[in-house]
This record gives sequence, C-alpha cells and structure tokens, in this order.
Amino acid sequence: MSKFQPKLIGSCRISNCQIHKNTNLIFKSDYQSFATFADECYTHFKLAYPKFHKMDKLSKLGWLCADILLNNTNLAIKYDPFKVGVVLSNKNSSLDTDIKYYNMLKTGVASPAVFVYSLPNIVIGEICIRHGIKGANTFFISERFNIPQQFQYVNHLLKSSEVDACIGGWVELLDDNYEAFFYLVEKSDITNGNEYTIKNIEALYNNRGND
Amino acid sequence: MTELKENLKRQIVEQLNLKDIKPEEIGDDQPLFVEGLGLDSIDALELIVLLQQNYGIKLTRAEDGPTVFRSVNSMADYIMANKK
Amino acid sequence: MGTSVYVVNVGIISAIGNNLRETLKSFELHQSGVAEARFLTTRHHQEFPLAEVKLSNYELAQLTGLDRRLSRTILLSYHAAQQAIAPFNSAELNQMKTGFISASSVGGMDKTEFFFEDFLNDPESGDLHDVMHHDCGKATDYVCEKLGLKGFVTTISTACSSSANAIMLGSRMIKSGQLDVVVAGGVDALTRFTLNGFNTLMIVDRKQCRPLDSSREGLNLGEGAAYVVLMSEAASKKFNTSPLCEVAGYCNANDSHHQTALSDEGNGPFLAMQGALKMSGLRTSDISYINMHGTGTQNNDSAEGRAVERIFHPSYPKLGSTKSFTGHTLGASGSIEAVLSAVAIQKGLIYPNFSFTDPVNGLHLYPEIKYLENVEVTNVLSNSFGFGGNCTSLIFSKPDQ
Repeated sequence: MSKFQPKLIGSCRISNCQIHKNTNLIFKSDYQSFATFADECYTHFKLAYPKFHKMDKLSKLGWLCADILLNNTNLAIKYDPFKVGVVLSNKNSSLDTDIKYYNMLKTGVASPAVFVYSLPNIVIGEICIRHGIKGANTFFISERFNIPQQFQYVNHLLKSSEVDACIGGWVELLDDNYEAFFYLVEKSDITNGNEYTIKNIEALYNNRGND
Repeated sequence: MTELKENLKRQIVEQLNLKDIKPEEIGDDQPLFVEGLGLDSIDALELIVLLQQNYGIKLTRAEDGPTVFRSVNSMADYIMANKK
Repeated sequence: MGTSVYVVNVGIISAIGNNLRETLKSFELHQSGVAEARFLTTRHHQEFPLAEVKLSNYELAQLTGLDRRLSRTILLSYHAAQQAIAPFNSAELNQMKTGFISASSVGGMDKTEFFFEDFLNDPESGDLHDVMHHDCGKATDYVCEKLGLKGFVTTISTACSSSANAIMLGSRMIKSGQLDVVVAGGVDALTRFTLNGFNTLMIVDRKQCRPLDSSREGLNLGEGAAYVVLMSEAASKKFNTSPLCEVAGYCNANDSHHQTALSDEGNGPFLAMQGALKMSGLRTSDISYINMHGTGTQNNDSAEGRAVERIFHPSYPKLGSTKSFTGHTLGASGSIEAVLSAVAIQKGLIYPNFSFTDPVNGLHLYPEIKYLENVEVTNVLSNSFGFGGNCTSLIFSKPDQ
C-alpha cells in the first residue's frame, strides 16, 4: 500500500452572505443580493482579476469559493496540472443565466457574453483558467448534494491515479439563493491528516462553524 | 468626434463590465485587445452588439472585427463611415 | 485494472435516421440531414439550415407510445435508449447492478419548454420560473423509469462533451466494480435558445457545414439522442451477448484557456487523446479511424487538427467528422459518434466527411470522403470537446476473438 493516501486538505463554504474556510467564519456581510456580496468579496480579498466582473453569478460563486479554498496552494505547480481534477454538481444547472438570456431574447437584444454562461460547466472552465488546472473535470446535475456518489467518483479518479488532487463540491445559485461548498483532496503522505471519507466530507459540510 | 469617442469609451466600459477601468483611462489609440485592454473574442462579439444597439450598424463579417475594434479611434472612424 | 467494458448494443436517432439502419443508409447514400428548418419555429428558418430529427413531437410520441406533451428531449432520449435495451429484459438487467447515465448540454432541463408558443401566449400558464424549476433534472429520472431500469441514475452536463463523459463514467463504474450494466449516452433537442445563442457567437454556417475544410464558416446545429449498453465481462457472458466492441481507453482534460475557444495548439484535445491512447496501451499506428469532433468552426477544426498532428504526424489513420450529416447535436454528439464508432468496428465501415475540398490552412489532414465498407477497423478514436474547456477522447477496440 502506498504511503500516499487521499487526505482532505481544506474546505470553503459560501452561503447566506458568509464565507467559512475550514469551518472558520472568515467573512460576513449584511448585503442580501448576491451581486453586491460578490463585489464586496472582490474588494475585501483584493482579487485582482478583471475577468471576474464578466462572469455570471454561478461562475462568480464557484470561482470565489475555489479561490479562497486554494489561496496560495499552487496546486498546478505542486502537481502536474493534468493530474488535478475538478468535480462539481448542482441542482439547477445554469438556470439563473438561462432565464436572464431568455428574457434578453424576448426584448430582442441577446448578449453573446451572457449566452456563453448558459452551461453549468463554464464555472469549472473559469476555475481551471485561473489556477492552470488541466485534469479530469465533470459537472453532475442532482436534486441535492449527493456526497456518497461524488465521493465514489472522486475516489475512483484518485485510486486509478487519473488525478493526484481534486476539487470536489456543490455550487448552486438561483436568484439570490446560493450555496457553494468545495473541498480539496490531495494524495498526501502526512500521517495525521483528515482522511478522505464520506463521513469526513459530511462533517465539513455540516459544520458551519460559529455562525 | 470627441463626443462620439467619449460616448464609445463609456459604452465599452459598461457593455464589457470593465469595472476596474474608468472610461477616461482608455486612450483614443490604445489597442483594445490582448496587450491593450485585454479584451478577448467574446468581448469582440459584445462590441458587435454595442454597434448594433447604439449606432444601428450591423457588422456581419466576424473577420472585420480586428480592424474595426483595434482602438476607440478605429471604432469611431467605422461608425462615421457607416452611419446612416 | 478491473474488468473489460463491452458495448453490447446501441440506439440512435438523429437528422439522418430514426434508428441505426436508416442512419447507415444515409451515410451510404451520402444523404445529409442538414436542411431548411421544418419543426423548429424560428424567424431564422431560411437563414440557417438545421439538422432536425425528421419527426414532429406528435410523431415521436406515436413512435414511442409516450405522451406527446412531454418535452422533445424526453421523447428523443427514450426513443434511442429504448432501442439500445430492446434485446434485453429490464427485469433481468435489474438483477445485476444497473445504471442509467444520461447527458445533455442543458443538464436534464429541456429548454424547449421556454418556447412553447402556448406557454408564451397563455398568461394563465403560470410562472416561467416555476415551470422550469420543476422540470430541471427530471428528464433522466423519467426516461430511466420508463425504461424499467432500477439502480444508479445520474445526469452529466459538460456542454458538447456531455454524452462522451456519460460513456466514460459508465465505463469507470463498471471497471471499478460499482456497476455491471450501464445504459449511457445523451440527448439534446433543437431550441431557439441555442440557435440564437450560437448565432450571436457568429459560428453558425448559413450553408451546409464543411468540417476540416479550409472554406469552413461554422457549424450547423442538430438534434438527436444515442445510447450504448455497456457491460462487464461477467454481465456480457450472462446475457450471452456478442459485443460490438470494447471501451479500451478514455480520458478527460481541461483546455484551461477560454470559456468557449480552444487554445491554438489544442492543448486540451492533445491531453485527452494522449491520455486515452496511454490507457488503451495502443500505439498511434494501431488506430484505424478518428471520428473527430470536427464542428466546422474556424477555432475547433484548427485546434483539434493541430492536436491530431502533434500526436499522429507523420502518418495518419483514416479520419473525418460526421457532423456534416448529423449537424452538431451538442450534448448528444459524443454518444452519437460513439455509436457510429462502435458500429464502424462491428461492421467494418468508415464514414464519409461530406464536403471537403482543401485541408485546414497549415494542416495536412485529409478526411475520408467516401463511405467505405468491408474495411478492417480495429480501433477507433472518438473526440468530443465542449465549452468550458471540457475535452474527452474515447477509444473503442475490436473485442478479443
């Protein structure tokens, strides 16, 4: 057995105007609209990434969550970029942007920059571009965050050595209701780390810290 | 012409969500793409929408984009030449 | 390594046929499915030819026995999946660990719902928001239930590589022993939403598309559905099947370059093809045919072509794109082309690349333009690339005799 075992390295959760990193509350805002909250985060975390403002809300949410999760981990340098994966899921696909585009069609002025985001996996593309990730990536649609199912899939990617590290999680947004929860799993030789198991992902997901 | 260019700069910033840039920071002859304002192919398509919406000009050949959208100056020239 | 994964049956519907037999006949007769729009209500119908399935929703409902008020997505999906499992008894399949993995570029939600004229004209029909919300993610479950399959069900949505990824996931789950039998594939129905959107991206050809040709001006949108039945060795023996082929390799990579455009060098496609080859243990000279993604857009064909050259130069297998026949069926294209690849191996066929005169500038790729029969086809590489940088390559091989 290899001494490199999948370990849960960290997590980030964004919901209800709050950001938790590894269950610690690191940012909180009073604003209710996601658009304003996203702008606030951009300023607060000093994210110099002009393209952020061009993304749709779902991509902003996922991109922020990944950025805070990966903050300075240099994943795509530490590992072969082709060995870093991203596996996400949500319930409503890109519905928020689909509706926006649909309403544009009705008024006759359709924006190509909006249409581009009418696919859920564009958020994975944005994350990959930002962090130089090139490995296996998939987007699943499911009623709820099915942790056991996602675990099985990511675990297989790790066990079959298709990836050495992977971002997994849930990124859902419709209007101003949103929730993103991402975790980072890496094959690591640290002995006292948090094992990559369904139970441990659930613990991270369910423990919102002191909010 | 100066007014047209000022309007264009404001419209570009608005249409392309360039929140980190103020309209007056864009030079008349500054390249808009890649090394200039860092715009990409989707932005070019948005500029086509901008021309249509605000000036009633339809650019049908995507390959004309790079010439027309080289800078604010080239856009203004194109608008003047094609305005009905 | 796990068990081998076999493709034991297929089902397909697209603009060139409502089943496999009709599909192959269209290739043989060089009859493309791209034509003036008949079923999609659009003010663009004379401007952009489409590759429509040549059946109305009413006719599809009659053919499938389903309710005609269901979405076109569900009707197409069920029709193709039903063909694929027709030789089997679902109750017997359910005795093993069975899965249904479907894919769509709209993530299980049928955007045609947007455009029901009734809906738009009827203020009593409720809030658009609720209708769509209600429908989301349900199409896969509905079709699965109608097929009588019980077990694992999921929906994948990764743009135009969606259904190739469904087949990859099914293969993985069989290899890892989680499942024995998987019906995997995808569906997409034409909508005004996608036609308008692709039009604003200025990548829709006003004539028939010319994939891999220097004169190409864009893609033709199409629709359809296709599914494969995948089985483990044990399941394949139990059901006494004669597999069409084996899933010998698969790989997914992200091009990590742009939301919609591939990198000039085709880095994502290169990684996907290289990864699939490595997994299969095959050399480039073992590949008999490449079914390219070949959409007919400037960007795809030059980036994909460049990646093919990087891997195969200086000697190329037969290659081509089937999208000048089927149109670009988006989320369904990966599985439609997987079905064609599997059948190419089973029957010894190479499909024509409909319209070709000169190769893409700077490249040396000459697609096959004839329909070839009685060819020895042992390994087929099938490419599917989607927006968001999602690149997938699948390799199918002749099963060991």
